[in-house]
Amino acid sequence: MQRFSALSLLRRGLSAHRDWQPQWRRASPKDGYDAVICGGGGHGLGTAYYLAAEHGLKRIAVLEKGWIGGGNTGRNTTIIRSNYLFDESAALYDHALKLWENLSQVLNYNVMFSPRGVVMLAHTVHDIQVLQRHIFANKASGVDNEWLDPVRAKAFCPPLNVGDMRYPVLGGALQRRGGTARHDAVAWGYARAADALGVDIIENCELTGVRLDNAGAVAAVETSRGSIRTPRLGVVAAGNTSTVMRMAGVALPLESYPLQALVSEPVKPVFPCVVMSNTIHAYISQSDKGELVIGAGTDAYTSYTQRGGLHISSHALEAICELFPMFRRMRMLRSWGGIVDVTPDRSPIIARTPVPGLYVNCGWGTGGFKATPGSAHLFAWTMAHDAPHPINAPFTIERFSEGRLIDEAAAAAVAH
Amino acid sequence: MLLINCPYCGERPEPEFVYGGQAHVARPGTEATDAQWSRFLYERDNDRGAHAERWRHFHGCGRFFNAVRDTTTDRFLATYRVGEPRPKVSA
Repeated sequence: MQRFSALSLLRRGLSAHRDWQPQWRRASPKDGYDAVICGGGGHGLGTAYYLAAEHGLKRIAVLEKGWIGGGNTGRNTTIIRSNYLFDESAALYDHALKLWENLSQVLNYNVMFSPRGVVMLAHTVHDIQVLQRHIFANKASGVDNEWLDPVRAKAFCPPLNVGDMRYPVLGGALQRRGGTARHDAVAWGYARAADALGVDIIENCELTGVRLDNAGAVAAVETSRGSIRTPRLGVVAAGNTSTVMRMAGVALPLESYPLQALVSEPVKPVFPCVVMSNTIHAYISQSDKGELVIGAGTDAYTSYTQRGGLHISSHALEAICELFPMFRRMRMLRSWGGIVDVTPDRSPIIARTPVPGLYVNCGWGTGGFKATPGSAHLFAWTMAHDAPHPINAPFTIERFSEGRLIDEAAAAAVAH
Repeated sequence: MLLINCPYCGERPEPEFVYGGQAHVARPGTEATDAQWSRFLYERDNDRGAHAERWRHFHGCGRFFNAVRDTTTDRFLATYRVGEPRPKVSA
């Protein structure tokens, strides 16, 4: 692997940057692997990386039906935070946040993690009570989260309108360690580091079937590029997880919805942090390229189209214009949708399944990007040990029949 | 935005409607096991392709009805009244 450093940049600069090599190989499927990961997004590529780097697995393949990072990894609003209400969730997302903090160094790849602070706004008395409850719960479990009154919120985010509006800003909860990262770089950084450890990253290879042996354990997968033997299959297929898992006869409590985001034309730095509003429903930050990155809500209905209704994104823009009047004349450049797999309690599943050798990492719903390194790290652990890590132990499939829900849906209403 | 054909009122724009989730999910009896109950409460087909689902014409006649929609195109294949069997249409 060619190391990236100021020196290597300088040296390559002297030869007009002509001798850079591709960052990962274009692999073709082999006959068999020790582990196969279905899904080449950040979570899947990261899982392969940690399986190779921390658990010593040698023969690993990542199968991606399109191109890596082309699903929800490339379609989200890149918000990173860990201020979840319940202990299980806070531990999970804070595990991820701690990995984010050193990820660029670990991967020798600049993922542009920027802990610029995430503010969640309160517009009603109920919002204040909910956010205060989050703040105290987070403090008790060692996760930073603090209350800003409207004056301090305005000082932290000067473009914010704290004046007269339909749902006035009554304050906000600030997680200073939260922020954003560069989504593509996360996929590429993990792909490059995994490839250097011998992982085969196989694009344009769609899973079409799962073959079980006589004992009912995973034996092989059928793909659009032939059959591949493997004793371990990890499914990290986001919105398509239900479809893939049904091939192995496993039903899951998931529904797939379109979630939209959009970006504006790029402008000079005007927006210093991340702001989210659950109540009037919008998320906003500014990318290093200068675009405002705006998140909207999910459509009402299940779909696999990767696009949503215009009235959903318009609704988010109305909220943005109200909160930040200076953006009223900004032009939007692009909008798109991703298909998110939502569980009934809005918490993920990172677990073994009733089929031996089959593992699933799904249900991240509308908030999976922030968890990428933690999710990948814990899923690799679960696959390598055939047992969950203590942090993801509560995130089972069985929690629904056992009534042990981790009900972030009730705790966070809509925003993730 | 979808154009939805309410079986009582005709075609209306999507904001008049509320989505009601998968249709024809039968509630188990009191003798149901935990697994059956959990399937009823939480597991959904999440079909890729033709999907039977409930809609309510909330800002119209207020009535529930069922629809079959292709989830890969969002095109409605049929809408029908509650109590009628799922029509044989495919995506």
